[in-house]
Amino acid sequence: MSAALRRDYHRPLDLKRGRVDLAHGAGGRATAQLVEDLFLKAFDNEWLRPLNDAASLPIPPGRLVMATDSHVVSPIFFPGGDIGSLAVHGTINDVAMAGAMPLYLAAGFVLEEGYPLSDLQRVVASMAAAAKSAGVPVVTGDTKVVERGKGDGVYITTTGVGVVAAGIELGGANARVGDAVFVSGTIGDHGVAIMSKRENLEFETEILSDSAPLHRLVAALLAACPRIRVLRDPTRGGLATTLNEIARQSGVGMLLQERAIPVAPGVAAACELLGLDPLYVANEGKLIAIVPAPDEEAVLAAFRAHPLGRQAALIGRVTHDPDQFVQMMTALGGRRVVDWLTGDQLPRIC
Amino acid sequence: MKYVDEFRDGDIAGGLAAAIAREASPARRYQFMEFCGGHTHAISRHGITDLLPPNVRMIHGPGCPVCVLPIGRVDLAINLALERGVILCSYGDTLRVPASNGRSLLKAKAEGADVRMVYSAADALKIARATPEREVVFFAIGFETTTPPTALVLREARSLEVANFSVLCNHVLTPAAIVNILESPEVRTLGTVPLDGFVGPAHVSTVIGTEPYEFFAEEYRKPVVITGFEPLDVLQAILMLVRQVNEGRTEVENQFSRVVSREGNLKAQALVAEVFELRRAFEWRGLGTVPYSALAIRAEFAEFDAERRFGLEYQAVPDNKACECGAILRGVKRPTECKIFGTACTPETPMGSCMVSSEGACAAHYSYGRFRDRAPAAAPAAVNA
Repeated sequence: MSAALRRDYHRPLDLKRGRVDLAHGAGGRATAQLVEDLFLKAFDNEWLRPLNDAASLPIPPGRLVMATDSHVVSPIFFPGGDIGSLAVHGTINDVAMAGAMPLYLAAGFVLEEGYPLSDLQRVVASMAAAAKSAGVPVVTGDTKVVERGKGDGVYITTTGVGVVAAGIELGGANARVGDAVFVSGTIGDHGVAIMSKRENLEFETEILSDSAPLHRLVAALLAACPRIRVLRDPTRGGLATTLNEIARQSGVGMLLQERAIPVAPGVAAACELLGLDPLYVANEGKLIAIVPAPDEEAVLAAFRAHPLGRQAALIGRVTHDPDQFVQMMTALGGRRVVDWLTGDQLPRIC
Repeated sequence: MKYVDEFRDGDIAGGLAAAIAREASPARRYQFMEFCGGHTHAISRHGITDLLPPNVRMIHGPGCPVCVLPIGRVDLAINLALERGVILCSYGDTLRVPASNGRSLLKAKAEGADVRMVYSAADALKIARATPEREVVFFAIGFETTTPPTALVLREARSLEVANFSVLCNHVLTPAAIVNILESPEVRTLGTVPLDGFVGPAHVSTVIGTEPYEFFAEEYRKPVVITGFEPLDVLQAILMLVRQVNEGRTEVENQFSRVVSREGNLKAQALVAEVFELRRAFEWRGLGTVPYSALAIRAEFAEFDAERRFGLEYQAVPDNKACECGAILRGVKRPTECKIFGTACTPETPMGSCMVSSEGACAAHYSYGRFRDRAPAAAPAAVNA
């Protein structure tokens, strides 16, 4: 009655003109095809390949560190990066700020119906390249699709785990009076790069996002000085807000020197035009290090020896201050508070 | 950064500060009002107060466009956005100004109103042209600096026959506000606000020139120094004011001569006169109703006037009773003399408009100067990096 079953044929994903549709999130064949033909192809590694619900992973000895970060940046592609590379760097950096070596990433995608598959492929390729160059594989993931109008193209949540070596104890509450405050390079690049591409704001600029993975810089710093007290990446809210968080956690004040804080000339000019303060503009490839004074020269040397720390600077000191004010000597010679960010200078920056 | 760093040089600032300290007579006090929020912001952000001797005090004036916007005007905009379904475009700071019933444009946006932040009036017109099926209203605020761009956009909207665009005009006039302060009983008769001179507006003066200030200098016997928004400009202006006071002069001097002339920008003035006319009266937050202190859109542009187009009627709404913005805007009180400063009223939850904009006296003091309010013993010792 019936002929022999024909071999399965599935039309390949149309990565040129195709779009995400609701079937891609339904869990059926279309989902499997998207996962296999797009995600697995890009991220391929021995832990992801079996496509089990959970990845089973070997872990070296040490304390486990885990961090998660959702990415909703608009526009999805911006000068110096895109949501894919940002999602990898953002979570690697959060893990690294605990002093850990990041080991694995998990990625959750929320896709909007109608999003071009060609753009999705670009995002995934960039994410895979970022993961590969950082040496941190994406080992498990998830994809959901929401109706058109219920999302904005693509949102990505990444979770990372890593391991901290024995003897490394970093935390925002560890800053002590007299410690040196370092920043690893120029501030404000990411926020201004995003802003330069925003709707209604067409100024020509060469400014690139500083999006970068900082775990190798962290390893170099900790090798030079295992007694580093605090590492933090000043993302949303910028340098000012992050320093205020540390001051509050540690119950100390800070005194910064405005002249010492590195700001690229293009970023300074853009901020001047837009009425922004670079101290509050987001970074995605910079870190703050708070270091005991006797170790500051060793740490500065370690910064300068690493490509991501060449423009590192000692920008201030931790002070005794019951009000936990972060203050700054201005370039002019006056003094001011550097307060927490108020409101939102720029929504959806990362 | 070129053309900026030159005006923020610490060594030159030190020289100017030394000259002010040398020339200010220890036998008297000097109280100068900086009219503009831009100057308030520069003074706070660069810590200029630390460079002045204790007998030279700066009083923050009302020249912050967001701060002087009364609740009733913001209510008009919120109602347009919420009840008439328009796309309401405005400058960023305006969105957070507290209005009636604990609302603000930002909160209205969360309730579903289509409120958009723009960087220029031209962007609002662009939005109107891109969405012809929606009414688009530009909520125009500001002193003489932002008025010409609004005028230009109104003229363009008329020549392009954009049928869905209008402007809710709140443009106000600097000279009227200065006269109002000088005429206030605190300054004129009671003497509770001793004013020895004005740091005059920077950008406003590029448009209106220095001539309009000659009247105050002469009639009210107050020196005026027009100056730029850079910290060295401000310091030099203070030195010039100290010298005028010492020599008994009450003149209009122009420190900002690199961009400001006596007659101002005649082209911009002509453009403004073509599109706008004087309002008989306008309510200012802090100053109350001030005659001939604001602009309205001329009848020739009536179809682009949101007040006419939507039949809006202004309803004055009193400020929160505890809020001292009014007295602070007139220089009668300092921010710290307000009971709710830093407690109920902070930049995160502003009750009054002076706490909204970073140019407002309260927000500037809260964000940049709060450390000055504590007992000197608690101040941390300076540590050099």
